[in-house]
Amino acid sequence: MISTMECAVDAQSLISISLMKIHNSRTQRGGIKLHKNLLVSYVLRNARQVYIKEKYAEIYRMQQYEEVMTVCNEIQELNPLDLEAEDAEDEEQARTACCAEEASACGSPCHRGAAHCRAAGTVAGCSLLEDGCKEPEPSYYRSCCMEAPPAPLCEQCPANSSAHCNKTTVLDLDTHVVTTVENGYLHQDCCCDALQCGQSAQSPAKKRKVEFGCCASDAEEAPDFTAARKRAKREDCSYSAPDYTDTSNISNLISIFGSGFSGLLSRQADLEQICSKQALASLGAWTRAIVAF
Amino acid sequence: VTGSPGGDMQWCFSQVKGAIDDDVAEADIISTVEFNHTGELLATGDKGGRVVIFQQEIENKNQPQFRSEYNVYSTFQSHEPEFDYLKSLEIEEKINKIRWLPQKNAAQFLLSTNDKTIKLWKISERDKRPEGYNLKEEDGRYKDPNTITSLRVPVLKPMDLMVEASPRRVFANAHTYHINSVSVNSDNETYLSADDLRINLWHLEITDRSFNIVDIKPANMEELTEVITAAEFHPHQCNTFVYSSSKGTIRLCDMRVSALCDKHSKLFEEPEDPSNRSFFSEIISSISDVKFSHNGRYMMTRDYLSVKIWDLNMETRPVETYQVHEYLRSKLCSLYENDCIFDKFECCWNGNDSVVMTGSYNNFFRMFDRGHRRDVTLEASRENSKPMQVLKPRKVCTGGKRKKDEISVDSLDFNKKILHTAWHPQDNIIAVATTNNLYIFQDKVN
Repeated sequence: MISTMECAVDAQSLISISLMKIHNSRTQRGGIKLHKNLLVSYVLRNARQVYIKEKYAEIYRMQQYEEVMTVCNEIQELNPLDLEAEDAEDEEQARTACCAEEASACGSPCHRGAAHCRAAGTVAGCSLLEDGCKEPEPSYYRSCCMEAPPAPLCEQCPANSSAHCNKTTVLDLDTHVVTTVENGYLHQDCCCDALQCGQSAQSPAKKRKVEFGCCASDAEEAPDFTAARKRAKREDCSYSAPDYTDTSNISNLISIFGSGFSGLLSRQADLEQICSKQALASLGAWTRAIVAF
Repeated sequence: VTGSPGGDMQWCFSQVKGAIDDDVAEADIISTVEFNHTGELLATGDKGGRVVIFQQEIENKNQPQFRSEYNVYSTFQSHEPEFDYLKSLEIEEKINKIRWLPQKNAAQFLLSTNDKTIKLWKISERDKRPEGYNLKEEDGRYKDPNTITSLRVPVLKPMDLMVEASPRRVFANAHTYHINSVSVNSDNETYLSADDLRINLWHLEITDRSFNIVDIKPANMEELTEVITAAEFHPHQCNTFVYSSSKGTIRLCDMRVSALCDKHSKLFEEPEDPSNRSFFSEIISSISDVKFSHNGRYMMTRDYLSVKIWDLNMETRPVETYQVHEYLRSKLCSLYENDCIFDKFECCWNGNDSVVMTGSYNNFFRMFDRGHRRDVTLEASRENSKPMQVLKPRKVCTGGKRKKDEISVDSLDFNKKILHTAWHPQDNIIAVATTNNLYIFQDKVN
């Protein structure tokens, strides 16, 4: 396991620096220095290993995110929930918000989605990141934990109740009922009015802040996501009449999420294949460079 | 022999050789430093292919405070740049190594090598010349034979001392890869030369052939995982030699076992500490120098961050490890970018094997007293070059508040590196090469 912490330069930079050194050595006086180039190739190999793992983990996360987003969007059409304030000051809440998992399960802030932690924990790349990432990023979490996966997916989820929701508060946009869920149990709090929408300190909607690192496709998703959020909020604030919620739908969703995303694990093998192929394809040039030398 | 151990010893500036100005000509960069077996002669080689030999003034030995005055004895061009037409490669003239032969007669002999060719040089003195030739005038012009009326025997008359260097043997075309080491055998008849992948055994008298005794070239070069970085004969056992590798291993070979010594008799290797693993683990574990102790019971290796002493009877780990500049471990990335991580530091023993020395950056060099478990960091600089000025120990501040007189890691000048050092075989006199200057220090005589 290579510790990347000591280096401010990431794997990708090291790869390009190393290739540059190999290239320059060909024009150096006295001929190619075999020893030096052999050592450079070791750095290249080490950097490549880390890069592949990072890339793989990222691709895997992207795949997961895309799937979850698909699920989220589908659910939103069924039962749109208010996603509360845009304010992402309370990052702590963001972390605890995942109704499927405890935030502590995803200790490393590198993780792109709390919901992915358990599933991703089995992915080598993800765990590598846990080890390797020593610099905590701002703990933005992507979480769509209030949305249920579509029914087909749910069926795949084993009844794994090892994950608990701490406390989740949802606002039903239709009924305007604020509901707090604790450890899988439902508490109907109160009716919500427009004011409370913005003030709810417990609002798990803050969880919705999305972390988009260097993943381009993530960034593409973000604007849609944010727009959807804002749209939901505007709609909510225009209402004022409280109503009782139909809790059965919500409880279904939450219990489904209580089992985590383990259902997705069955697809992990496929994803791995896709990820590794993608990652390795992009590195073919480097492989050739080393072999050629 | 050597006086008090390194811990109590104080070192004084004695001399500095080389140009003063900061603009360093590349040809003047010192690439090797070596005392001869008596310590009377000190040879340096440079990137320009020149060898400069200094001699200790014997007369001043009676005055202890001046005993280590070394003056230029001989200068000659050992190697010239060459061009390999077959491979379209230029062969650098830089002198990689100089090794003295033990003295057998009035003349001195040394081996000097560049990347491809080893040469045996004879350095001899001439302090008399014949006068009174019959056929020649004093200035060399030939006389008209008709004017010669008598014969006389030429007479040897004293003259100003002239030191001549002449190439007696040229050992060429035996190395495909870059030569990194030569080592004279204790039998005084043979020597070895090592390049990245092979080691050859030569007879000093025979130039047209050599025996290949080690070959680690893989059948498929794409499978190459390590190269030879240094090799040395045992100081007493003429059948034994060691070679170090870029993987941090040392192999001891016995030439009596078989003609080809690909199979080692002993393998010295210390397991890697997994917690220190980084992108650069392979680079910093590569051994840059290996030296037997004078008594032949130990050997010392230098890798990028440390010096290790090995007992020849224990292969599993070194008996002593000394950190040269551990504070660089967190800077390896930058050192990789600026190529400093590839610097090949040498190391040396003192005469009685009680102290070892090696170089570092910022013109610092380090001594480790094995017996007293003490180490000291000293600096070779023009600022501390007043005659007999005592060198003040230096300290690198690794973190926290920097004390007075300490230097922080970020202030170190990585262009000022001491790669080559040498210790007089019998006295406490050391030669330390900065980029283009040679410093001579001696211990303070109380």
